[in-house]
Amino acid sequence: MGSATFRATFRIAGLRKSFGPNEVLRGVSLELRGGEVTVLMGANGAGKSTLVKIMSGIYRADRGVMMLGETPFAPSSPAEAMRAGVVTVHQNIDDGVVGALDVASNLVLDRFNGPGRGIFFNPRRTRREAREVAQRMGLSIDLKADLTDLPLADRQMVAIARAMAHKPQVMVLDEPTSSLSSHEANRLFSLIDRLRERGVAILYISHRMSDIRRVADRIVSLRDGAISGLFEDKPLDYEGAVDAMLGQSLGQSGIAARAATKPVFEARDLQLKPGATPFSLAVGAGEIVAVTGLVGVGKTLLSETVFGLQAPLAGAMRLDGTSYAPATPAAAIARGVFLVAKDRAKTGIVPDFNVYENMSLPFLPRLSRLGVTRRGTERAAARAQIADLKIVCRSERDDLATLSGGNQQKVTVARWLAQPSRLLVLDEPFQGVDISARHDIAAKLRGSAGDRATLIFLTELDEALETADRILVMSEHTLVGEHRNENVDMERLLADVAGGQVGAA
Amino acid sequence: MTEKLGMDSQLAEKTNADRPKPAARAVLPMRHLAIRYGFLTLLFGLIVFFSLATRGFTSPQAAVFILQSVSITGILALGVTATLVVGGFDLSIGSIATSSMMAAAYVMVVLEQNALVAVLACLAIGALVGLINGLIICYMRVPDLLATLGMMFLLIGLQRIPTEGRSIAAGMTMPDGSTAEGTFSPAFLALGRHRFDFFIQNLVPASVVVLIVLAVLIWFFLEYTRFGRMMYAVGSNARAAEFAGAPVKAYKIWAYVISGVFASIGGILLAARLGRGDIASGNNLLLDAVAAALIGFAVLGAAKPNAFGTAIGALFVGVLLQGLTMMNVPYYTQDFVKGAVLVIALVFTFALLGRTR
Ligand SMILES: Nc1ncnc2c1ncn2[C@@H]1O[C@H](COP(=O)(O)OP(=O)(O)OP(=O)(O)O)[C@@H](O)[C@H]1O
Ligand SMILES: [Mg+2]
Repeated sequence: MGSATFRATFRIAGLRKSFGPNEVLRGVSLELRGGEVTVLMGANGAGKSTLVKIMSGIYRADRGVMMLGETPFAPSSPAEAMRAGVVTVHQNIDDGVVGALDVASNLVLDRFNGPGRGIFFNPRRTRREAREVAQRMGLSIDLKADLTDLPLADRQMVAIARAMAHKPQVMVLDEPTSSLSSHEANRLFSLIDRLRERGVAILYISHRMSDIRRVADRIVSLRDGAISGLFEDKPLDYEGAVDAMLGQSLGQSGIAARAATKPVFEARDLQLKPGATPFSLAVGAGEIVAVTGLVGVGKTLLSETVFGLQAPLAGAMRLDGTSYAPATPAAAIARGVFLVAKDRAKTGIVPDFNVYENMSLPFLPRLSRLGVTRRGTERAAARAQIADLKIVCRSERDDLATLSGGNQQKVTVARWLAQPSRLLVLDEPFQGVDISARHDIAAKLRGSAGDRATLIFLTELDEALETADRILVMSEHTLVGEHRNENVDMERLLADVAGGQVGAA
Repeated sequence: MTEKLGMDSQLAEKTNADRPKPAARAVLPMRHLAIRYGFLTLLFGLIVFFSLATRGFTSPQAAVFILQSVSITGILALGVTATLVVGGFDLSIGSIATSSMMAAAYVMVVLEQNALVAVLACLAIGALVGLINGLIICYMRVPDLLATLGMMFLLIGLQRIPTEGRSIAAGMTMPDGSTAEGTFSPAFLALGRHRFDFFIQNLVPASVVVLIVLAVLIWFFLEYTRFGRMMYAVGSNARAAEFAGAPVKAYKIWAYVISGVFASIGGILLAARLGRGDIASGNNLLLDAVAAALIGFAVLGAAKPNAFGTAIGALFVGVLLQGLTMMNVPYYTQDFVKGAVLVIALVFTFALLGRTR
């Protein structure tokens, strides 16, 4: 088919959007074709989510037009966009699900309103319809569970399933895999394949190269609110796309694995769950140890145990040679153990606070005098962190909610880097962070290591290989493998990661 | 590829030319100003209007009178602000105030104790009730509205038991037929009736001084201390506060204790003003205080509970009611006016703020 006769399913032209003086989109033109996955790449704060929110009727564009097929498309509400066939999975998952309802209601939520609906709520029918949706997605979640009780990955899958249930014409996925395991991501990819066969036009946003390689038919790069590259000749030029989104080429960051000197943190015969095999681990001064493994194998549980949010079932921990058994996060912080927790929306950010208030939150006792806060000191510290991690915002007084997802993540990481620590624990710190920022953070972690011990939990193997001196593999709530990050035997590493799963099946 | 992009931008230019250019730049700061200063401007306008429309509205005496009329509700409102900050709510403040009023009267009239004992007893009651509220909410996981509603009923009933439902005044007849020997001590009554000199002799009543001192204290506490900051964090995202090392439950419990103590101070002033423990008084305290705290959301575009806003909210209601009274508007319209102001203030805050999103 010639491109002259080909009609794009969805077209955007000259789209502009400003928030006050901050011009976020400066004339974006883009087209999506049925049966194709267009990947949109862009650094944190480039304007991707803003574009998505305009397409889905949350924001209104200041200028520009959108066309769905032959008709102009200017949704005034998310419901209207959805009814027209433009369906979105948002980056902030909690925008896409209703916490107070159970999984079944969430899956069929959009069927509750709209024309032709009865007045009465029929729980049996809801459950039946929800079961159909869940089955089509291969979703194995308790339909009666309350959504707030689900882990992030499950909430993400519910949001995706809910969107898929709409029979969309255009499907927009804003960083859908940022908290999924590769297993769940693969399920999502096969769904995307099916949608593509059905002729749906798909816009896919991600910072993960492995995702992009897997799904992309064409790539559009967005930089500072303008399209900076379009790549559709096979084979796709991934490096070119990254360069276009960054405006420069990304240096290769090889790392030299360091050997640990004296141990800072030790755990002996730690048992996390009834029936799990106890394990021991040690992290040395200046060393960065990554713990990898599938989602749900106990990585977060271990991080919370170290931070005093959870007591281990058995075993003991030592810090700097003395016994360490924190009963609360406050006790852990007092000993110099910090946690950059996973799932920033739930456990990290205070949405009503601005950037500097968010950063200084755990350190208010040290940053205040006689209980009185010292804003000047806080702001200066925050400014240094903003510059250090290249956080995109206008000033340290911006409300956190106005920052892009990746930049919010950078704030939660920066918060814990601002003060010296003995053991820094990071649980999925790169969630939603762009490639170059990921390199910056990894470099910052390595550069500032000093005689601190760093323990970092990562589902993505690539990220572990980029950051760590040593890689531990976790499976079924215990450690099953250890690799020095130097000429890693990838086959053995992958076998370790899969090991527990194979054993269980 | 380049051709296609070119076509698109042509399309865009054409359609944009048809549209009037939105004056976004000019509109935004206006709305910003409206959100920030709208309510203060309204208050100022109201004062100007009343001083032109009535006589004697702007005299120092009238100003003090307004402050005095809102001092007790203002104090209660400042207390409830603390619970709003941690994301809770305290419906028991009105009944804590009346219980504390009855307790003060009981301690002095029936138990024949002095003013200091009465004041301490009231403060202890306030702190204790607040503590119980906090414990029920944090450890028994009863939702705040229900817990404090239950406490309200409990206190309304409890305060009637010692005197079998009678009001307490000097020389009253006790249930067993004897006569109460005690009286309200002069020192206690001074809390309600003494006036301090301030440029003019005998100008400022003690209750107004208490209001101002407490307002400044709680304002400083919430805005400038790390405890206040943490309380806001707890209210905005309790789990994040916990992960940042805050003892979340302790902060919540403290908020209810603050609220209880403030309410009991309000009760002390009420008892001192009335000079008796009046079973029928203090009916409006809860609603008026909550209204002031909620109006406070609109002040300076805060859109969150804040002490300064609460104080202005209380003042606003006072000015409005006093002005209307002086213009001979009938007293029975007062509640309607207060309700209308509250609704307008809430619409003002949330509609305007919502649209900037
Ligand atoms: N409501 C808002 N008010 C003010 N500024 C905003 C608002 N929403 C977004 N912005 C700004 O717009 C810019 C683009 O944000 P957007 O969320 O679109 O980025 P993004 O490309 O999705 O980034 P990420 O990869 O981090 O998710 C950011 O600089 C952000 O600060
Ligand atoms: Mg985004």
